[in-house]
Amino acid sequence: MIINNYFRLIIPSHSRNEGFARAAVAAFAAQLDPTVEEINDIKAAVSEAVTNCIVHAYPDKIADIEIVGRIIEGDTFYIRIKDKGLGIADIKQAMLPLFSTCEEGERAGLGFAVMESFMDKLRVTSRVDKGTSIIMTKRVKSRYE
Amino acid sequence: MEIINSGDRLTVMLSGEIDHHTLMSLRGTIDAQIEQHTPRLLALDFGGVSFMDSSGIGLILGRKRIAECYGGKVIIKNASGYVEKLIRLAGLAPMLAIVKEVHKA
Repeated sequence: MIINNYFRLIIPSHSRNEGFARAAVAAFAAQLDPTVEEINDIKAAVSEAVTNCIVHAYPDKIADIEIVGRIIEGDTFYIRIKDKGLGIADIKQAMLPLFSTCEEGERAGLGFAVMESFMDKLRVTSRVDKGTSIIMTKRVKSRYE
Repeated sequence: MEIINSGDRLTVMLSGEIDHHTLMSLRGTIDAQIEQHTPRLLALDFGGVSFMDSSGIGLILGRKRIAECYGGKVIIKNASGYVEKLIRLAGLAPMLAIVKEVHKA
């Protein structure tokens, strides 16, 4: 894997950081010259992953979320969003559209569906009480192809 | 956000970014207005929305549920292509009235 550029960002799981995280990631991804739609897709996917950390990984505390972004192979955006929270016991079930463990509040249960359909690839690894790592990639097509 | 009450229609002009964080404060304000006015028609206007994630779907579903408790209906106005994409992804398109309206110059 050729890594052309990268960043590493650590933020506490305050919900007000959701906007900051996706804006920071979008600013980094902008160097691939994405379309407005591609940048919206990336922002939404990041927003969902960071919100999952805040709501599900750390429901009762504020702790670190680590975001690593990379430009790889010249044309592909890579992002890893990692927490050291509660973890997911059943990843398959968590990824079902409309499934949500959140009883109060109004989570639509669409977080993974957004990540899956707006990005090219999504890989979820998780261990209960150890944390969850989400890796997503999206190839940004050159306008000149 | 601006909320306009006109007779049996309540129009919620949403603006800015809708995510899990901003939804927490929007929700209470909108719900208080729905409960006060019990509108026949609740119009959620997405014209001023610059970003939303699936929290926006939660916003629509939650308000729809409350409006229907009072016998009201929900319509979606001025949804951008991107907002519509999320609505379609959520499978909500068949159960929502999505109204296209040309913005006045």
